[in-house]
Amino acid sequence: MDPKRRVTLKVLGATLGAGAFARALAPIWDWGKEQSLDEFLQKHYQELSKADLEQILRRLEAKTEKEYGKKVSIRDVRPQEGVEFGYALNLSVCIGCRRCAEACHIENNHDRSTNNSYIRVLEMKQGSLDLEHGNADYDHAVPAEGKFYLPVQCQQCDNAPCVDVCPVQATWKESDGIVVVDYNWCIGCRYCEAACPYHARRFNWKKPEIPADEVNPDQAYLSNRIRPQGVVEKCTFCLHRTREGKLPACLEACPTGARVFGNLLDPDSDIRWVLENKRVFILKEELGTRPRFFYFFDG
Amino acid sequence: MSYPPVINRPEKLTSVETPKKDALGRPIRVACVTCHSLRPDAPLPQSAGELREFHEGLRFTHGTLTCASCHVPGRVDQLSMADGRTIEMLDVIELCSQCHGQKRRAFDRGAHGGMMGYWDSSRGPKLRHNCVDCHDPHTPAFAGGQPVLRPNDRGLRQGGGH
Ligand code: HEC
Ligand code: HEC
Ligand code: HEC
Ligand code: HEC
Repeated sequence: MDPKRRVTLKVLGATLGAGAFARALAPIWDWGKEQSLDEFLQKHYQELSKADLEQILRRLEAKTEKEYGKKVSIRDVRPQEGVEFGYALNLSVCIGCRRCAEACHIENNHDRSTNNSYIRVLEMKQGSLDLEHGNADYDHAVPAEGKFYLPVQCQQCDNAPCVDVCPVQATWKESDGIVVVDYNWCIGCRYCEAACPYHARRFNWKKPEIPADEVNPDQAYLSNRIRPQGVVEKCTFCLHRTREGKLPACLEACPTGARVFGNLLDPDSDIRWVLENKRVFILKEELGTRPRFFYFFDG
Repeated sequence: MSYPPVINRPEKLTSVETPKKDALGRPIRVACVTCHSLRPDAPLPQSAGELREFHEGLRFTHGTLTCASCHVPGRVDQLSMADGRTIEMLDVIELCSQCHGQKRRAFDRGAHGGMMGYWDSSRGPKLRHNCVDCHDPHTPAFAGGQPVLRPNDRGLRQGGGH
């Protein structure tokens, strides 16, 4: 899609009432030359029948294979009954090595040239918790004297500002607490990116480049399938793994064991133990976003 | 059905790496007992500096512990507990836990030491790292290093990005 159109949409949306306007016209913007007729006619994920979705998944698999030279499987993985995810991170042990960001980069099929990742690790001055003053660009041995490290990814807010501002409902919260994006419905207006107080959304400026042998073939429609250019993407707690009982890639990669993940509804889960036994806090609590991502200090 | 957690037992608990490689390019390892069965009566050294024949270069900074806090004279496959019992070298985590109980409790609740595998024990086990995967028992302070994957996205670095 051509970025100028997106600018137009933004301007018009602002005067006409973004919701109604964009919902009515979204399919027309989506009608670009890179899209097949099938894609143009595709319904919103939440309205698709099983058979429709099957067809779309097979079509996307074929398209990925053609464009990236790798056979992939794209599944539709639904939330589990009785599961709501929570994540906690021990800032006393995190050393800022960025292994989590790297694991995300690989697992979620991010563009190689930009080193994109859903996780940004901020180097912080000891005593401060102000995200806006963190440095994500450090390049020296870690941990550095007088610093601590704050990995930030989507906080899966219960009261998610990004969801509220989407003019076309291309992003929503699922029953297990994960905020997802239908990349085929997203019009790339980037309202959500601007609305997120945690800078956790990313915009695909270009078509992701990934060598065939590096493509992760285990993909899901709502998570790590290779995103088209011009749409917004974000951390999904690796739902293609976590909805099947596995741990997120960033947790497995952490060499310090700083990350704790699990089911908030299970009183015996690791995450519940941390919430009940450690002094956890959330980022920018004053905004009332109610994150499902918690932090604590425990040496 | 519930899968119990599986704790890793690294090879270094029972063997040491040699410079020789096997057909697949993996280093060949020699079991500790290969050599130590030949020196059953050797007393424990007083300090790491006494190791001169084979293990030279071992560094030691772990509180005020001595070799005898953990090792059993003549038994390289055993460890010595504070109450005088000996346990299998492979159960080293029990040794650490007697002095670091708080960390062990956090470990048992997944809040220390990390893991791989499954959060949902009805689908598969948690694969737990061993204390000694992250902490060398002789120099247990956790080592840092050079970070990976420096960000290169728009707006982050001036003049950088695409
Ligand atoms: C190639 C032979 C060899 C292997 C394999 C070996 N050791 Fe040793 N070890 C020695 C020698 C020789 C000494 C005498 C001290 C020295 O290093 O000079 C020794 C000393 C020791 C000591 C000091 C107490 C003593 O018995 O002298 C300990 C403890 C020890 N080794 C543990 C181990 C453990 C644990 C392993 C396996 C992880 C291992 N060793 C593998 C040869 C070996
Ligand atoms: C806190 C417990 C502990 C203490 C104290 C300790 N060791 Fe060890 N040692 C171990 C364990 C566990 C291993 C098994 C291999 C590993 O985890 O590195 C080991 C392995 C060894 C090895 C063989 C493998 C290697 O790492 O090269 C030698 C030699 C050794 N110890 C010597 C000593 C000496 C000498 C001292 C005293 C200066 C000492 N150890 C004190 C727990 C201890
Ligand atoms: C006999 C008691 C004892 C045993 C057994 C023991 N430790 Fe320790 N450990 C100590 C003491 C004492 C200290 C020093 C505490 C201090 O300096 O405040 C310490 C310190 C540490 C530290 C902090 C090091 C630092 O410099 O930050 C780590 C990590 C650690 N031990 C891990 C282990 C592991 C892993 C094991 C099992 C292989 C183990 N310990 C076994 C007593 C023990
Ligand atoms: C995945 C790696 C990992 C594993 C596994 C692990 N730790 Fe740690 N541990 C760390 C890190 C990182 C720190 C914080 C850095 C530091 O203080 O050295 C730490 C800190 C510690 C400390 C020092 C706390 C302090 O106050 O300074 C002790 C003691 C300790 N661990 C014991 C254990 C024991 C016992 C086990 C096994 C039951 C264990 N650890 C397993 C990574 C690990």
